[in-house]
Amino acid sequence: MYAFAYERPATLAEALALLEAHGPDARLLAGGTDLIIRLRDGSARPAVVIDVKRIPELCGGIREEDGRLVIGASTVMTDIAADARVRRRFTALAEAASVVGSVQIRNRATLAGNICNASPAADTATPLLVYDATVVAAGPGGLRRIPIDDFFVRSGVTTLAPGEIVTAVELPFPDGPIGAAHTRRTRRRGHDLASVTLSCAVDATGRTRIAYGSVGPRPVLVVDESGILADPVAPAEAKAAVLETVFAGASPSPRSMRASPEYRLAMLRVLGARAIATALDRMARG
Amino acid sequence: MTRTVPISLNVNGRPRTVDVAPNHTLLEVLREDLDLTGTKECCLVGECGACTVIVDGRSVDSCLMLAIEADGADVLTVEGLAADGRLSPLQAAFLDKGGVQCGFCIPGQIMSAHALLAENPHPSRAEVEEGIAGNLCRCGCYEQIFEAILATAEGVER
Ligand SMILES: Cc1cc2nc3c(=O)[nH]c(=O)nc-3n(C[C@H](O)[C@H](O)[C@H](O)COP(=O)(O)OP(=O)(O)OC[C@H]3O[C@@H](n4cnc5c(N)ncnc54)[C@H](O)[C@@H]3O)c2cc1C
Ligand code: FES
Ligand code: FES
Repeated sequence: MYAFAYERPATLAEALALLEAHGPDARLLAGGTDLIIRLRDGSARPAVVIDVKRIPELCGGIREEDGRLVIGASTVMTDIAADARVRRRFTALAEAASVVGSVQIRNRATLAGNICNASPAADTATPLLVYDATVVAAGPGGLRRIPIDDFFVRSGVTTLAPGEIVTAVELPFPDGPIGAAHTRRTRRRGHDLASVTLSCAVDATGRTRIAYGSVGPRPVLVVDESGILADPVAPAEAKAAVLETVFAGASPSPRSMRASPEYRLAMLRVLGARAIATALDRMARG
Repeated sequence: MTRTVPISLNVNGRPRTVDVAPNHTLLEVLREDLDLTGTKECCLVGECGACTVIVDGRSVDSCLMLAIEADGADVLTVEGLAADGRLSPLQAAFLDKGGVQCGFCIPGQIMSAHALLAENPHPSRAEVEEGIAGNLCRCGCYEQIFEAILATAEGVER
């Protein structure tokens, strides 16, 4: 790896000051499961690497605050997947966290790193969209809350401003009963990003939120109010017709090494039908 | 050359102080500065698990962690498993079940299995498969490796 300087701020203020001082020459380091690879292959060459893992404001773990579950930026996938509240109330997020990479990767990979890296295939992106999460970012001007649907732009690019640091992700507890699920297709479990990711949540009012990724520059959220997807007895053909409109936003790249566009679009339909069935089943069980 | 920084860490129960360059991984420092070459270098992209060590109780790919990040940490490598010249039950089971062919992946497999059993002493076969999904074996000894881990788990019970 090329030579760089390393900083380990002990406070958020110190980290923000470092970012301000070094501007584009600095890069934040969380679990490093994306960044270290890029430092080694030279596709990222910051002069200064700022390790955020010992900033208390980012390390608050998982906590409940005024009707929301707040997940600190540095929380790793292992802890998200194991948290009883996440498993019970935000099942699709727990499922997504539990399939990221391998045990070794999940022990390091953080939630903030996953969304800030902004891979279209990021597993936590689709559940966060489905649960209407909010990204909390600290910057020179104070704290800013960004709805997750306004956060992703394309691979590696978010609406985070230069100089901003994600401190937490907030999930509002759903008002009523919901059923949710996360599904994906991958070539090799434990070693590869997904070729298609899809999460969905159905609620008692008949609304279905579906988010899918890895089939375009950024993950896409669609809210279906027709009631057909959330209707346990609606015929499969009726659901398939609604899903066609839901997936209109998919535009998989023909140049991807992981899967052809045809395969991805076909799998999107399979995963969509499957995830909705699972979500409905979960809602019925309560 | 960037300047080196002194870090203190505990490796296999022994306190160590090392001067590390910020761009050196934990893997490089273990192998090159501390002469602990049991931990293997292979893919360097977090896919094979040959470099697995346990940091503060959790398995990690040491090729994806800077040594400087381990400042203050407890690190366990494969060299730390045997006590008084005797293999740990897990290591012995790997030999017993014929889990070792060329051996290159084995330190990583054993560290993943060690972390799994520390957290879940009686894993199901599916849990063992998931527990070492991040460790590739080019020789394809997976069956024997599963058997060795499950046999150790049973031994724990007895
Ligand atoms: C073998 C392997 C398998 C993988 N499998 C999967 C998978 O199945 N699914 C999946 O989604 N991902 C997968 N990944 C990718 C990666 O593990 C995840 O994206 C992970 O969540 C990244 O988090 P990190 O903490 O390691 O981020 P880092 O690598 O530390 O950082 C990633 C990016 O986020 C920025 N960043 C980090 N923290 C902050 C912050 N607080 N504020 C602002 N910016 C920040 C960094 O500057 C960097 O640009 C895999 C990676 C590997 C190596
Ligand atoms: S060398 Fe670290 S995972 Fe392969
Ligand atoms: S024993 Fe040869 S790679 Fe596993």
